[in-house]
Amino acid sequence: MSLTPEDVSRIALLSRIELSPAERETTREQLNGILGFIEQLQAVDTAGIEPMAHAVDVVQRLRPDVVTETDRRADFQAVAPETEAGLYLVPKVIE
Amino acid sequence: MSQWEVVIGLETHAQLQTKSKIFSGSSIAFGAEPNVQANAVDIALPGVLPVLNREAVVCAIKFGLAVGASIAPRSVFARKNYFYPDLPKGYQISQFEIPVVQGGGLAIRVGEQEKFIRLTRAHLEEDAGKSLHEDFHGRTGIDLNRAGTPLLEIVTEPDMRSSAEAVAYARALHALVQWIGICDGNMQEGSFRCDANVSVRRPGEPLGTRREIKNLNSFRFMQQAIDFEVQWQINEISEGRAIRQATVLFDPDSGETRAMRSKEDAHDYRYFPDPDLLPLEIGADWIAQVKAGLPELPQAMQARFQADYGLSAYDAAILTASRAMADYFVTAVAAAGAANAKAVANWIMGELAARLNKNDMDVANSPISAAQLAGLVQRIADNTISNNIAKKVFEALWNGEGQSADEIIDQQGLKQITDSGAIEKIIDEVLAANQKSVGEFRAGKDKAFNALVGQAMKATKGKANPQQVNDLLRKKLGG
Amino acid sequence: MINSSLRELSAALAARKISAVELATLFLDRIDKLNPALNAFITIDREQTLAQARAAEARVPKGTQSAGAGNTPLAGIPLAHKDIFCTRGWRTSCGSRMLENFVSPYDAHVVEKLAAAGMVTLGKLNMDEFAMGSSNETSFFGPVKNPWDTARVPGGSSGGSAAAIAARLAPAATGTDTGGSIRQPAALCGLTGLKPTYGVVSRYGMIAFASSLDQAGPMAKSAEDCALLLNAMAGFDSRDSTSIERPAEDYARDLEKPLTGLRIGLPREFFGAGMDDDVRAAVEAALAEYRKLGAITVEVSLPNSGLSVPAYYVIAPAEASSNLSRFDGVRYGYRAPEYGDLNDMYSKSRALGFGAEVKRRILIGTYVLSHGYYDAYYLKAQKIRRLIAADFQKAFESCDVIMGPTSPSVAFAFGAKSADPVQMYLSDIYTISTNLAGLPGMSLPCGFGAHGMPVGLQIIGNWFGEARMLQAAHQYQKASDWHVRMPEELK
Repeated sequence: MSLTPEDVSRIALLSRIELSPAERETTREQLNGILGFIEQLQAVDTAGIEPMAHAVDVVQRLRPDVVTETDRRADFQAVAPETEAGLYLVPKVIE
Repeated sequence: MSQWEVVIGLETHAQLQTKSKIFSGSSIAFGAEPNVQANAVDIALPGVLPVLNREAVVCAIKFGLAVGASIAPRSVFARKNYFYPDLPKGYQISQFEIPVVQGGGLAIRVGEQEKFIRLTRAHLEEDAGKSLHEDFHGRTGIDLNRAGTPLLEIVTEPDMRSSAEAVAYARALHALVQWIGICDGNMQEGSFRCDANVSVRRPGEPLGTRREIKNLNSFRFMQQAIDFEVQWQINEISEGRAIRQATVLFDPDSGETRAMRSKEDAHDYRYFPDPDLLPLEIGADWIAQVKAGLPELPQAMQARFQADYGLSAYDAAILTASRAMADYFVTAVAAAGAANAKAVANWIMGELAARLNKNDMDVANSPISAAQLAGLVQRIADNTISNNIAKKVFEALWNGEGQSADEIIDQQGLKQITDSGAIEKIIDEVLAANQKSVGEFRAGKDKAFNALVGQAMKATKGKANPQQVNDLLRKKLGG
Repeated sequence: MINSSLRELSAALAARKISAVELATLFLDRIDKLNPALNAFITIDREQTLAQARAAEARVPKGTQSAGAGNTPLAGIPLAHKDIFCTRGWRTSCGSRMLENFVSPYDAHVVEKLAAAGMVTLGKLNMDEFAMGSSNETSFFGPVKNPWDTARVPGGSSGGSAAAIAARLAPAATGTDTGGSIRQPAALCGLTGLKPTYGVVSRYGMIAFASSLDQAGPMAKSAEDCALLLNAMAGFDSRDSTSIERPAEDYARDLEKPLTGLRIGLPREFFGAGMDDDVRAAVEAALAEYRKLGAITVEVSLPNSGLSVPAYYVIAPAEASSNLSRFDGVRYGYRAPEYGDLNDMYSKSRALGFGAEVKRRILIGTYVLSHGYYDAYYLKAQKIRRLIAADFQKAFESCDVIMGPTSPSVAFAFGAKSADPVQMYLSDIYTISTNLAGLPGMSLPCGFGAHGMPVGLQIIGNWFGEARMLQAAHQYQKASDWHVRMPEELK
């Protein structure tokens, strides 16, 4: 499996990472190198093997439905790039 | 329209009535100052982790039981990845391959017709924050108070064939989630929001391409939006243009749907199991425990009303249209006695419903309580008042003129006159004063009889038992 | 004092031979003097450190210590945190421009626990950006130099932690290990480091790289120090769904027990081609020493371990691509100075805020999860992960611990592997499989190889086998002195 320039553009868009045309080509080469390395997994017979998503075989613990948090907006917004009237500001979103 | 078949499936987001968020200990109360209910987990600070709220799972189990679905013994939380400023982590925690509720369905009624709408699934997920587009000199403001509010997304099969069916389903679902106490149903505040997948086809053809109408927050808009969308799709196809899959918004001002710009990008949500959350296990014992705490469900209640009180299926359905309605009826019947159930039902669906409707009120905050209505019905049943007088008493109760029907009857002297002697005396007086009418009646004019009845009732200020008046008058005239 | 063990420091504090403030000052002065050449620390805040030391004074117990190493009081002893741990009031950068100005509004669970034990924070340690790297060359704040040879890498991603301890700028440090990030730098810098069983230490407040693999652990000079630190770091945390609820244990309890009869499994696959001769010689010598200590060695097989690196480079980037989506320049972190619309803001902020290796992994992760490739890559790797985990369980039927090299080579020169990502990834060939299986692993110094650089011996335990691993390491350290050596010119 080898990535085309269009594939690189598509995953860069999905990842929200801008790549210059020059970066796109080096990135493509590097990603193809990594994918080539990963390719060896395809040769393994994994029929009937359950995928392992977690390192330990335990089940989800549940939290009691209790409000434990208090307002810390001022602390949190002290590190925000842009706020106004308690809101985080971003460029205009058009729905 | 007849050569077109409309196919509709609905996806509903019901905010669950928990105290705290689905994955954090923040409050979910509506209407707080922006971002004061957005804690470290909700704003996705680096390093924070989610822990699942038990009560949200209980809500999902309740729903599953109420719609006859199966509850997955093991379900999995997945990440749905996309960038949007009201989605702080850059992914939404949802369920994808293995949802907690699978299958089931809901009976709906359009007019006299009943239909069963199948559910595909219902899954737990977190709500996003809100984007505010006004007042920030051309920028968008983000409030994350809502981010992390627990949602149950309820998905139907494409089983609905008209906007009326879609609305009937949405109403039935809206009633049910409130009935079982998992959602407050407040559509203005966004607690219950529907997306409609709409397509059209000629009967017998495969399914057409669908467009999804997002965020329908009233039943009226749902009807309008679907009707517009259906007509638009038919026009497009009729004019030779293919329908392209799209996400659209309904504009209530223009009554039209339009494609959303923010959804134009090719999306690829890259679902995968959330490594921060382990599989959710729900054992049979837990399900049994939740089941034991469930209220009687509308379907069961309808069957009971029909069997015990002889109500029609239609009446039983109306009386169980909402939990508040059913509670009202059940309370009133308990006070009035089972023998009066049918009369209670008639009063609720007749006089009371009309009055509430006219005043845009819900039975939950009816000025006449179930006990008061029961008292009224009892006085009709024991002949203390006539149906006509009862309407007066109802009016007085509505206006708060007394605490009970008895009090009003007593204070306003509305007790029905049933003493034959007293009625006979009045009739004699009426006959004496209306010889002309008596003559006309004897000459064969039936209308004259009615006039005499009217005079007698008038003389008793309506309090005489009309049947008795009729009988006595006929006896006197007929000899 | 700079070479003292934690027990010795604790005793000196208790005997009032030194105060917590003096001890902190001693290390802070050393940091001032030596750090510019090593770049191990990226944030130092003398005021906050000394304030913590003053507060800790009151908590230092007086007089002689109670019996048992595990009860050693840690109050007043300084340590440093890898900059992946959120520390309230301190900059927490994760080695990235993205968080260059991020002062955390909260403490990680590990930070809370060590503070509760009275330990004093010396500062924040350099690391590969978002823990993605094996050489510390990906840090936005520049590479960390290996104290044994500043032309060589310290390993990564916890390279700052390793260099700081090796240069005696801190007696101990926290680290994190997703594919070998504690063990490999410990090996390359001549230290002892332990990655616990997944779920033993809470991940709350530890900036996520690959959630199903990340685990925090101690780095120090000796196994005994690691045991004491792990006692303070481990424990159930209700804020981490993957934190394991089990009774507290004293990881130092078995340190003094002899190794007679200990069965050491030697995986055939760890001793084949690929390991440098100098590393092999040191590891073989260490195994001979273990046999002298009464242990027996048995050959075992981990047939799928060769697949661990490719499987890891599907799973870790997939999780990372999603974990790092929160860095979008909206609520905190870097925002590009100039941008057009919303997507442009995202794309430019992330292009400028992340370094090359991080971006590569996000892109790979995005690709393997994307429509049409999920089954072939992600699901396939998850299945192979199970095969790898099953191999270990089979091997543990015939042994108590597994041993082998930590890294195939000693510390390499800067730039030697940075041009070829795959070559760099292969430096973790012996460590990655334990993360995939969720097992505990540690590295301890077992000699020196080419260019006089340290060699690490890896010990892998079964789930919750930390105490036994620490016992094996401690008994070896009682019989050897590799772990007390330090670079001559830094003395």
